[in-house]
Amino acid sequence: MADAASATSGHGEELEDPGRRDFIHIAAIAATVGGAAAIAWPLIDQMNPSADTLALSSIEYDLSKVPLGQQVTVLWRKQPLFVRHRTPKEIAEAANADLGRLRDPQPDSARVKPGKAEWLIVVGVCTHLGCTPAFGEGEYNGWLCHCHGSVYDTSGRIRGGPAPKNLEVPDYAFLTDTRVKVG
Amino acid sequence: MSGPSTYEPKTALERWLDQRLPILRFNAELMDFPTPKNLNYWWTFGAILAFCLITQIATGVVLAMHYNASAGGAFNSVEHIMRDVNYGWLIRYIHANGASMFFLAVYIHTFRGIYYGSFKAPREVLWLIGCLIYLTMMATAFMGYVLPWGQMSFWGAKVITNLFSAIPLVGPAITTWLWGGFAVDAPTLNRFYSLHYLLPFVIAGLVGLHIWALHVPGNSNPVGVNVKSKSDTVPFHPYYTVKDGFAISVFVILFAVFVFYMPEALGHSDNYIPANPIVTPPHIVPEWYFLPYYAILRAIPNKLMGVAALGGAIACIFALPWLDTSKVRSMRYRPQAKIYFVFFVLACLVLGVCGAHEVDDQIISGLAGFPLGDANINSYVWLSRIGALYYFIYFLVITPMLGLRETPLPVPESISTPVLSHPAAAPAGATAAPEKKG
Amino acid sequence: MTRKFLALSAFLGLLVAGPALAASSQAPLKHVQWSFSGPFGSYDQAQLQRGFKVYREVCSQCHALNLVSFHDLGQPGGPFWDPKYPNPNDNPYVKAIAADYKVADIDPDTGENMQRAATSADHPPAPYANDTAAKATLGGAPPDMSLLVKAREGGPDYVYSLVTGYAPAPQGLVVPPGKYYNPYMLSDLASSWKGTGPAPVGGIIAMPPPLTAGKVSFDDGAPSTLDQEAKDVAAFLTWASDPKMDQRKQTGLAVLVYLAIFSGLLYASYRRIWRNVAH
Repeated sequence: MADAASATSGHGEELEDPGRRDFIHIAAIAATVGGAAAIAWPLIDQMNPSADTLALSSIEYDLSKVPLGQQVTVLWRKQPLFVRHRTPKEIAEAANADLGRLRDPQPDSARVKPGKAEWLIVVGVCTHLGCTPAFGEGEYNGWLCHCHGSVYDTSGRIRGGPAPKNLEVPDYAFLTDTRVKVG
Repeated sequence: MSGPSTYEPKTALERWLDQRLPILRFNAELMDFPTPKNLNYWWTFGAILAFCLITQIATGVVLAMHYNASAGGAFNSVEHIMRDVNYGWLIRYIHANGASMFFLAVYIHTFRGIYYGSFKAPREVLWLIGCLIYLTMMATAFMGYVLPWGQMSFWGAKVITNLFSAIPLVGPAITTWLWGGFAVDAPTLNRFYSLHYLLPFVIAGLVGLHIWALHVPGNSNPVGVNVKSKSDTVPFHPYYTVKDGFAISVFVILFAVFVFYMPEALGHSDNYIPANPIVTPPHIVPEWYFLPYYAILRAIPNKLMGVAALGGAIACIFALPWLDTSKVRSMRYRPQAKIYFVFFVLACLVLGVCGAHEVDDQIISGLAGFPLGDANINSYVWLSRIGALYYFIYFLVITPMLGLRETPLPVPESISTPVLSHPAAAPAGATAAPEKKG
Repeated sequence: MTRKFLALSAFLGLLVAGPALAASSQAPLKHVQWSFSGPFGSYDQAQLQRGFKVYREVCSQCHALNLVSFHDLGQPGGPFWDPKYPNPNDNPYVKAIAADYKVADIDPDTGENMQRAATSADHPPAPYANDTAAKATLGGAPPDMSLLVKAREGGPDYVYSLVTGYAPAPQGLVVPPGKYYNPYMLSDLASSWKGTGPAPVGGIIAMPPPLTAGKVSFDDGAPSTLDQEAKDVAAFLTWASDPKMDQRKQTGLAVLVYLAIFSGLLYASYRRIWRNVAH
């Protein structure tokens, strides 16, 4: 239709430059696509976390509630957080692991705070498909995820099964000897 | 849609309408549609599926009138439906078991398509639309299962959405986008509800395209040879409306047995515990219709490869028209293909059983077995690996190779020929012998 | 033909395939012949009334029943259903039971918090304000009982087995003070097991043995044995989680009879329409 219009308007005048005419159509199509994309973006982005979800708080926790050799699960940012009071044997097992054999190599010292090796704090979400691993099970006595059989050691590092990464260590700091602030 | 219309408006009103919106003509053409006369009972599952879709939409719209899509209210509103709403228990049990019935029918329909070569030229687009319907059904069923917000709802949602996190680079961003947060939570529930309401209508649209694509080449049939003359066909109505109607009625008997006498048999008791983001149920399983895929996912001890295999298993079904090289449509005349097909069905069932068990469960309890690679030989890991291997070999090796190498049996001249050569064939309604008819 | 039939029956077999084994374990449940078992079984009203009494006098000290309201007790199939009162809100038993409870409300005149007698529309008040409060007092949060039977594999058999099945802990099992060993509790005891050989089946439960002989006396003369109390409360909890079961089974029978006749009619119609077509 545009072609027909430009052909009749060319009557008695010099013909339009065909290159410029194509450019107009390309620009019009580009503007349509750009406009459509601009309208689509808010409709897509609305599914991302909203402002109140992003404004997540941090929590404080009193470690003295966790007996030696046990763990306590706390809810943090709607996810389970494992607070584990490790025995010297468990610390030694974690520290002596051969890093070369790990899927996601990381020394135990990088996963705990200096001088606080008895406290291991990790996000209790299996890095495979998000289940909560079971405490004290599996051949490394760390955790075993019953969903698909991922095995973690006493440092929360992946040792077997389908999970690709170690259990995540959140940002946290010791406020006092027995009190931590997570997040 | 094909062939000249025989519709004649009978009254002045019909003539008036016909010139403005020929909807009666359209309906008459659908009803008169020439359909091969040798379709067996496996062909009734198309109509059964239409029935299932209508049932699910009707009960779903009604349930939505009482359901409360919020993390705090969803679980209790489902119980409100079960306890207080008039006939709420009936409507919810129809909807919940209806999903299983829908998948049972879609699997039979798909296996029928594979066995009788219904996907072969010129019906590739028909097949692809069918695959899209199946994919949309899976998404709809998954999101619907999340809505009661019980433990299985929550953890199922978590595991399935986490599948996307396996995609390199953009995976975690996609997962966060799907969740609308950093974990499955209230925003996830609300959007799943919105999409669960939308997708059935997308399915209905796809079903329209599916029927359109069916009516261009017409139905395939158990013999697999094209319709040659008018004597090969009967009009859809009343011949197949009554046959499909009878089949639907028998199907509904099975449906009713589940709804009224074993409504929880296909569900999981953990879903009557409200969602708890701290406690993973000891044994997460998807609904039965996803179990084979779940087994394929778990067969591979690597996250990305497991998810890739899961996607590949579905992709194989889409690609089937281009994987099958056989010139003969129906496996009735392909004795070797028949055997491989039976093993394929068996592999799917074995994978389903594997998906229902934990990976390290023993198949034969008490038998020690021996370790092979990362798992004991007497464990469901190895069985699901064997099943998954056959699944892929069937699509990617057997199907292309067999068509080139096999010697098929002689194929009849026309649809009517086998009828004449077997005058003593089973009577039309003998349900026990569907294959011998035709 | 046979093969296809096999494939179809295998499909159906998959539908009813039993639940899978988990890593957790429990002793095989005791099977009770319930009045509501099977396609024609229905609730025994006298048993539901006894079970309600057990719930009220024992269970409700710790367990909530948040999804059941008083009027449910007088619905058809319920413990106090009386055909004379088709509207359960008029049922004198229901009204009397509700009036025995106090529920929190707002004073309509002053706007202050107050307690008033419950009505048939209310739920029995929960013993603890929330799980955290229950945990602080009891050392564990007792689950709400409204759906307990549906939420446990084995349903009423599980409740009966658990309540009657307390046993001394096997040598080598570390049971924390204030907790109990129960072989019917579905759990994994590997981390508490210090003995030799595989860990025992069952689990550690925070609930002390709740029922003993003579704990609840029944008005209808039923013996107040542990067995009787456990059966009755399991029946009551089954009703609480599935109060529409009687209606469901009755409706199902009518539906199946109709469908059988309807299918027969359609089949006859089908044979008649196809009688002249060779196919």
